[in-house]
Amino acid sequence: MATEGGPRTSGEYISHHLQNLQVCPTDEGWVWNQCAGNPLGINVDSMFWSVLLGIVFVWLFRKAAKGASVGKPTKWQAFVEMIVDFVDSSVRDTFHGKSRLIAPLALTIFVWVFLMNLMDLVPVDWIPYFSEHVLHIPYMKVVPTTDVNITFGMSIAVFFLIIFYTIKNKGVTGFIGELTLHPIAPPTKGIAIIAAPVIIAFNFILESVALLAKPLSLSLRLFGNLFAGELIFILIALLGIWQLPLHFGWAVFHVLIVTLQAFIFMMLTIVYLSLASEKH
Amino acid sequence: MTLLGQTIAMIVFVWFCMKFIWPPIMNAIEERQTKIADGLAAAERGEHKLEKARAEASEIVEDARKQATTILDQAHSRANEIVAEGKAEGAKEREKQLAAAHAEVEQEINRAREELRGQVSAIAVASAEKILKREIDPKAHDDILSKLAAEL
Repeated sequence: MATEGGPRTSGEYISHHLQNLQVCPTDEGWVWNQCAGNPLGINVDSMFWSVLLGIVFVWLFRKAAKGASVGKPTKWQAFVEMIVDFVDSSVRDTFHGKSRLIAPLALTIFVWVFLMNLMDLVPVDWIPYFSEHVLHIPYMKVVPTTDVNITFGMSIAVFFLIIFYTIKNKGVTGFIGELTLHPIAPPTKGIAIIAAPVIIAFNFILESVALLAKPLSLSLRLFGNLFAGELIFILIALLGIWQLPLHFGWAVFHVLIVTLQAFIFMMLTIVYLSLASEKH
Repeated sequence: MTLLGQTIAMIVFVWFCMKFIWPPIMNAIEERQTKIADGLAAAERGEHKLEKARAEASEIVEDARKQATTILDQAHSRANEIVAEGKAEGAKEREKQLAAAHAEVEQEINRAREELRGQVSAIAVASAEKILKREIDPKAHDDILSKLAAEL
């Protein structure tokens, strides 16, 4: 329950739940939880849970992959195949090139993000309470996707992949051309040529914003949805006995968000990469 | 740092997925797809074969029926022939037997007549003897008597 951990106000309760377990190197060595604004700080809880869930994903799917049989699939294998097939058809529908990376990437993103989002459905007090009173770890934020660093970490990987695919399929000149020659084609002859630098600069600003907006929107969308969901769970947890039906209702609704956001992250990654490798 | 760590973790997981998870599962799926497609094709082929076999069988049955009809017809005509033959033979035999019987009857009649003639002639001789009351040498008058007998 909300106030079991001791005499805490609601504000303290909420901010405690939203506080990451951090560690960072300072002049006096590694310190815990005094890292506000320190760029080298690590959110240990987010990293731990995301890597753990990644390992869970890898382990579960590897199990199905190792025992994969053609004739007599186990139920787990059939389930994994359903997911794989779903991701594969999504990739095929959107990404028309040929790449060995895109489909596994999409699968990893989908399942991993889904698992990380799913942590949101674990009652908000269970793991933090356990870690605080049994393990004596003061802060524990269990949903990695409510940490903007995690979502940005993934979207940056996608961002670099976008640039990599653009350069791979269109060359460096194609990449630069895409940034500078669209959407307004600069004039190439006549007196109007003096306007070309201005137009190129304008295009460059516009296209850079468009390019940077991709990872930004990707990560912020996921972060925003999950953070809001988590916050509402925390607020519901403050309501006393009325939290029970509300919590249930929000959890049911949140199942949708969890799946949808994982799917959107995957789908947008595919779309961005297919845009990057499409020739005009 | 969290950001960097997450990016690295993601790269590692994606790499692992690409290397060890995606290919075997995809292989299994694709293999199963080809297997199912093959199975369906085989089933279709089997159906075609069955249809063909069925057509062949009905053809054979039709042939056999035709043959049977021919054989039956032949047998009928042969039977008729045999009956006709038998009838003809029977008629001939009857005729023959009839003729033989006729001949025998004729012979019998002739024999009886001959005998009758002899007896009549003997009676005539005896009556003549009695009438003439004299002895006639049957040896001397044999020719007359036989002429007489022949005239009877």
